[in-house]
Amino acid sequence: MTAPSTRPTRKKVGRARSAAGSDAAAASRRPRADGDDRPRAPIRTRGLTKKYGELVAVDHLDLEVQAGEIFGLLGQNGAGKTTTILMLLGLTEPTEGQARVVGLDPARRPLEVKRRVGYLPDAVGFYSDMTGRDNLRYTARLNRIPRDEAEDAIDEALEQVGLTNRADDHTEQYSRGMLQRLGIADALIKDPDVLILDEPTTAIDPLGVTEILDLLRSLVTERQMAILLSSHLLNQVQHVCDRIGIFAAGRLIGQGTMTDLAHRFGEDTATVEAEFQTDDAAGVDRVRDVLTAIPGVTNVTPPRRGNEAWSLSVKPAADETRVRRSVLAAASSTGLDLTSVRSVAPSLEEIYRRAVERAAHGHARDVR
Amino acid sequence: MTADSTPIPSTPAFEPVQGPSDPPTPEAARQPRRREDGAIPSRRERSVPHAGWMVVSGKEFADHLWSARFIVLLIVLGLAALIPMYFAADTIRNAASQVTGQSSIFLFLFTLGPTVGDTGVQLPAAWEFIAIVGPLLGIAFAFDAVNGERANGTLPRLLSQPIYRDDVINGKFAAGLAIIGLVLTFIVAVIAAFGIIRLGIVPSAEELLRITFWLIVTFLYVSLWLSFGLLLSVLIRRAATSALVAFGTWLLLTFFGGLITQLVGGFLAPVTGTLDQQAQSLSVQQTITRLLPDTLYREASLAILNPQVSAVTNPATLGGYAQAAQRIPSLQSFDQSILLVWPHMVTMVALAAFCFAIAYIRFMRQEVRA
Repeated sequence: MTAPSTRPTRKKVGRARSAAGSDAAAASRRPRADGDDRPRAPIRTRGLTKKYGELVAVDHLDLEVQAGEIFGLLGQNGAGKTTTILMLLGLTEPTEGQARVVGLDPARRPLEVKRRVGYLPDAVGFYSDMTGRDNLRYTARLNRIPRDEAEDAIDEALEQVGLTNRADDHTEQYSRGMLQRLGIADALIKDPDVLILDEPTTAIDPLGVTEILDLLRSLVTERQMAILLSSHLLNQVQHVCDRIGIFAAGRLIGQGTMTDLAHRFGEDTATVEAEFQTDDAAGVDRVRDVLTAIPGVTNVTPPRRGNEAWSLSVKPAADETRVRRSVLAAASSTGLDLTSVRSVAPSLEEIYRRAVERAAHGHARDVR
Repeated sequence: MTADSTPIPSTPAFEPVQGPSDPPTPEAARQPRRREDGAIPSRRERSVPHAGWMVVSGKEFADHLWSARFIVLLIVLGLAALIPMYFAADTIRNAASQVTGQSSIFLFLFTLGPTVGDTGVQLPAAWEFIAIVGPLLGIAFAFDAVNGERANGTLPRLLSQPIYRDDVINGKFAAGLAIIGLVLTFIVAVIAAFGIIRLGIVPSAEELLRITFWLIVTFLYVSLWLSFGLLLSVLIRRAATSALVAFGTWLLLTFFGGLITQLVGGFLAPVTGTLDQQAQSLSVQQTITRLLPDTLYREASLAILNPQVSAVTNPATLGGYAQAAQRIPSLQSFDQSILLVWPHMVTMVALAAFCFAIAYIRFMRQEVRA
């Protein structure tokens, strides 16, 4: 066992004791019950609140992000996403409540937190008169990564974000999307345990987005990182995130997997789509009559054009399977030319719209 | 046993829990080891950087060295110091032939203004020239220090690295100090080398001391402007605006400062009444002019570079003038000269520290985002 004693720290006088000697003391301070071997969440907040004067930017946020998952923070501009992220990094002090990142309080021990958290800021910037590689070298130096180790890490990160052949150009020649990629590489240099990405894909082209999202997924599965990303691009969030938190006016109005959210905000409705081959207006009317007659169907939306899908709202949602069978049965008994029938998962957009609406209603009630 | 002690386990966190013969499984690698402070162990332990400001200042210094403004300032200042020197050579030769037995011929390099050809136009001496241009040097390396990072979008990224927030401003200030020290030393060395090579005069030990000390005073004066520029870069969001304000202040103080203080002094302490009262008024007026850092620097430079200067403050009474008139002109020793300007230096340091302190406090309290 080598002693870590010469490691200098500033402002803090306390120093690590030998790990074995203080186990007993540590056990008494540990809040968790012994025997609970579930790894603790790298990001936890309890009642986290930030006020700017009268404005409440973040309102009693309770959040947990586990190692090995991607958590998507969803919200409009100004909903408090960035403020939350800054508090997690110790760059802004919370007015109330607590945050724990890799088990540490970022407000009190920002250095250790920042050493282990990779952060891609919103609208990331680089020193334009330096090359991409030199920018990353500077970050490596700030993280005290030994030189040869840093060169390897830089090469790997550049490779991962697909910037290897532009790495030695000055960053003033980079497009917005390339800067964003370089920003992700920059966050990966320190081999973080937690990755916090603020709008990671806003300026990247669609093909690039897929690459970046695949990269994030592999970081999570291979390195067991915890990734928190904020975005307002709903379909990307839906695509890549394990869990989603919906943010509105500083409050987390819903969180969970897509299924959880669909269940919570779906208002117990499901959607079934069916396509028919119809030749004339009479055919369309016939289809409408048949579909409307099926029990459990609350609403029938005809296709906007030609032979595209009809959309059926089903309530309660549990009736969805029965409704699909009924469509099949009705088609065969009435001789309609059914080409396909399928159930449709609610889109995140739908869920998001409902959640925000519901939150707004709730808020209105509170005011009254 | 404090709750915020620094936890640094002495063994890597990913060390397998089983015996050394067992291969470490991914599960073992993920199994977090309990740490005494509740921190979740990382896969790789690395020391927390303790001197982030050194990394920041190293990068800033390198940036300055390769920046256009450094090269331009160096060329302009170098030429501006050398060209008058070329013309001053004759003036200095004449002066040197007239004075004998005094040890300040080398200092003439800095204190004698050249006359251009036969026109009789007197150019400013080297030290006056530096008094005018020095502030520009300070401003040039600081006006965009913080707001430039903001505009670039690099500040949040920089602050999310494991350094303290003050490391950024300290590092930038240190880099600025280093670069102005470099430029000033270079210019003084060029002037001195010119004197040695072209005029064949060699400085005595005391002259060297005086020049070194003058260099320090100049450095302090330029640092004052550096910290003023830094303050503006923290307070003003746009680099262009802060440059404008800084250059405006420089113009105002350097070229109109004297006029303004004279006006204010004349208003507050008009020179009227008995001779004694007039002397008193003059003394008050001098105090007012000393509100300007420019005045402080000029007085200090004169006293250091010219051993004949025996007083920097006007006497406050008629008796004082009488005494001064009766004094036998003599050369001050180095330590006497320093005693004369010590208050000036302290004031300049205090002003620089004041500007830097405000910049520091404001920077620490500013939100990372606009």
